[in-house]
Amino acid sequence: MAVEAARGGALSIRHAGKVYDPDGANVVAIDDVSFDTRPGEFCVVVGPSGCGKTTLLNTIAGFDELTVGEIFLDDELLTTPGKRLMPGADRMVVFQNGALFPWKTVLWNVTCGPIQQGKMNRGEAQVQARELLSRVGLRGIENQYPGELSGGMKRRVEIVRALMNDPKVLLLDEPFRALDALTKSVVQEYLLELYDASPKTVFFITHDVEEAVFLADKIVIMTTRPGRVLKIVDVDIDRPRDYHVLTSGHFLKLENDVRAAIHGEARKAFEAGERELA
Amino acid sequence: MAQLIVPTPAIVTIEPGAKVPLILRARRLVRSSRPYLMLLGVSGFFLAWYLLVDNLKLWRFRELPGFIASIREWVNPDPLYGVSLFTAEYYSHIWASVYRVVCAFVLATILGVAVGILMGWRRIFYGLTFPILELLRPIPILAWIPLAILLLPGRELPIIGLTFLAAFFVTILNTLLGVKSIDQVYFRAARSLGFSELAILRHVILPGALPYVFVGLQIAMGACWFSLVASEIVSGQAGLGYKVWETYYYVQFETMVIIMATLGFLGYLSSALVRFVGNRLMRWRSRILAGV
Repeated sequence: MAVEAARGGALSIRHAGKVYDPDGANVVAIDDVSFDTRPGEFCVVVGPSGCGKTTLLNTIAGFDELTVGEIFLDDELLTTPGKRLMPGADRMVVFQNGALFPWKTVLWNVTCGPIQQGKMNRGEAQVQARELLSRVGLRGIENQYPGELSGGMKRRVEIVRALMNDPKVLLLDEPFRALDALTKSVVQEYLLELYDASPKTVFFITHDVEEAVFLADKIVIMTTRPGRVLKIVDVDIDRPRDYHVLTSGHFLKLENDVRAAIHGEARKAFEAGERELA
Repeated sequence: MAQLIVPTPAIVTIEPGAKVPLILRARRLVRSSRPYLMLLGVSGFFLAWYLLVDNLKLWRFRELPGFIASIREWVNPDPLYGVSLFTAEYYSHIWASVYRVVCAFVLATILGVAVGILMGWRRIFYGLTFPILELLRPIPILAWIPLAILLLPGRELPIIGLTFLAAFFVTILNTLLGVKSIDQVYFRAARSLGFSELAILRHVILPGALPYVFVGLQIAMGACWFSLVASEIVSGQAGLGYKVWETYYYVQFETMVIIMATLGFLGYLSSALVRFVGNRLMRWRSRILAGV
């Protein structure tokens, strides 16, 4: 971990706020969010739907800018009002609904990042791509198109595509949301395996509490809109982890703590939703 | 870490992309009802023609060329009116028309796709061109004929120009639609991956718009033939459209029907060709469609 720390990847979110202004009605997506991640830390953000998790991720990725506060990656200012660092390979995103280019083969998708950035030539990229793909159990699918793969396979390919760029921070926006429970647990284990092999800072969004505890070093629980930090929970379960920890007493206790904290917020979010619909 | 058995779904006995053997395909076709229905429909049409014109000689049908006579004229080595499968004149008209359509279509594809992509890619260009496009597009191609004759020299260029114009508008609009249809997430992904603007154009916009582009090209091909015949009638000295009108004028109705059938056949062939090229270029798509 100490070696990795030298590579950087410390996210620092300071008093971050984002107000959307559609038709003059101010919608506060996030409000005064502050927390830090250590380099190489697996940070999971949980919260009810509409709490601004994705907004936060978008500002880190460079798709959007804050209206209050600032976010740093190591010493680099990512965003502050009126300013943002454009998206780049130091902050790779794995999107909620997937963004593999359907018109390109798996191998092209996975190798395009380093090739486009001029970091590797085609041969080098392909060697590394095959290596990473086979590590997540995807040997022999290089020449298929994404549309021919199952959901779980696509998610793994997309994670590999992101890691090929050796990002400082990996941003995942509810990546396993659409997977069935069994596939999900398999893909989670693959993600952990890749993470353990080379720990990078991970910023992972979910509203699945079990998933959060299973993956995270640190869980940031957010409130319902406007999104604020409700509580930060450190997960002190040893790595490497596999599905056996899911039934350990300590795991269940942590899961219970997080669930208790989030339940009230989920309820509020639900009732607010009901009011909006009424 | 515990070894889990990884499910590897979607690998069926016949891989989606693999070619189905010809024999198997032929057998499948023979067993389905499609070829028989097709045969029935086509022969029903010809039978109706034969009955109405040749046999019953009903009112208003009496003057039309008979089915038997038309076929006979078509395969006659020494045709009554000088045009059959065995005469050079037949092919010279076909060549004149095909040449014009190919020129116009290729030009419309290149320029139409280029303009459509530019419009979808750069807001400035869109703002500049869209209003004028929307004003020009609804003008029927027939209304352009005088202007084309005034503007373009000779007799050949106005025809090609008009044929081009019809295809051009359709291609632009569909290409633009294609670019707009691309999910924003692919642009975000490409930017994160460090694509240059040119790389985005080449690897995201072009292939992403392709499905719509080819729908547009299919329609454009139809529009080409339509405006070709219209402008050949007005300004041509050769070509199938010209010949249709000439044979009507000289009361050579059998030949008129032959030319009409030829137009139908060429139209079908050309749009099949566009479809074929489209499927080749979008294998990612046809494989998925075949896999479902």
